[in-house]
Amino acid sequence: MKARVHITLKNGVLDPQGKAIKHALAALGFDGVNDVRQGKYIELDLAETDPKKTQASVEDMCKKLLSNTVIENYSIEIE
Amino acid sequence: MKTAVIVFPASNCDRDMIVALEKITGQKPHIIWHQDEDIPDVDLIALPGGFSFGDYLRCGAMAARSPVTRRVIEHADRGGNVIGVCNGFQVLTETGLLPGALMRNESLKFVCKDVNLRVENNDTPFTNAYAQGQVINIPMAHHDGNYFADDDTLKALEDEGRVAFRYVDDAGEATKAANPNGSRNNIAGIISRRKNILGMMPHPERLIEDAQGGTDGLGFFKSMINALN
Repeated sequence: MKARVHITLKNGVLDPQGKAIKHALAALGFDGVNDVRQGKYIELDLAETDPKKTQASVEDMCKKLLSNTVIENYSIEIE
Repeated sequence: MKTAVIVFPASNCDRDMIVALEKITGQKPHIIWHQDEDIPDVDLIALPGGFSFGDYLRCGAMAARSPVTRRVIEHADRGGNVIGVCNGFQVLTETGLLPGALMRNESLKFVCKDVNLRVENNDTPFTNAYAQGQVINIPMAHHDGNYFADDDTLKALEDEGRVAFRYVDDAGEATKAANPNGSRNNIAGIISRRKNILGMMPHPERLIEDAQGGTDGLGFFKSMINALN
């Protein structure tokens, strides 16, 4: 199965890179960008074929390594 | 005092730490490569600065899951002393041995300069040779030293006297202008609840003899000699 993991900063955690991107967009003339939050995207190719087991295992991966739950949230899509 | 320094791929302040520990303890530290399975019985384990595993994923994330780091965690859980400087501090937060996280500097720039640190708690094995409130000048060099912890964690750190060092100005005040990286409450270093683990971003090992431009970092190592010998 394939898993797609999005990792984003939690609300309330300052994102200086997102802020810099927002400023750069404004400098390029893209008006009306209220906020930018940047994150990470990770694709996993997995041997497991059961969606439930895949979900559980990727969640475990997110908690143990892929994200730092002190500052980050994760979301998982399985296909 | 017996010591060990852990070396990961792309650690680059390990030699400075080894030289400092040898000079001050009179004994050569054990040098432990990240693939070594065991750490000898020592009084102190040091996690040095650098860019372990190329800072892949997050600073310190890979090193924190290294097999040798499990031995470090066991040592700490037994009450053994651990220091992490710069990347070592990032590794300690990634393992969960210390709370919070080190994020990208607020300026998004790598900042390399000398900074004033105020000793916030001198009743620890790592700070007892300094006076309470003493201001020392120590080099920092990092891109990701912006200390973050949520409000509850921050309050607990403050209430329990677990902030070891704070960035301050020449007058000793923890102002916004004196904060080089955006760290919450100007935090430069924290200690664990049992006071056996310290993480800090600036580099005391870079300032232990006059040839390096000063000796403000010496007290850090003398403290450990006082506490652990």
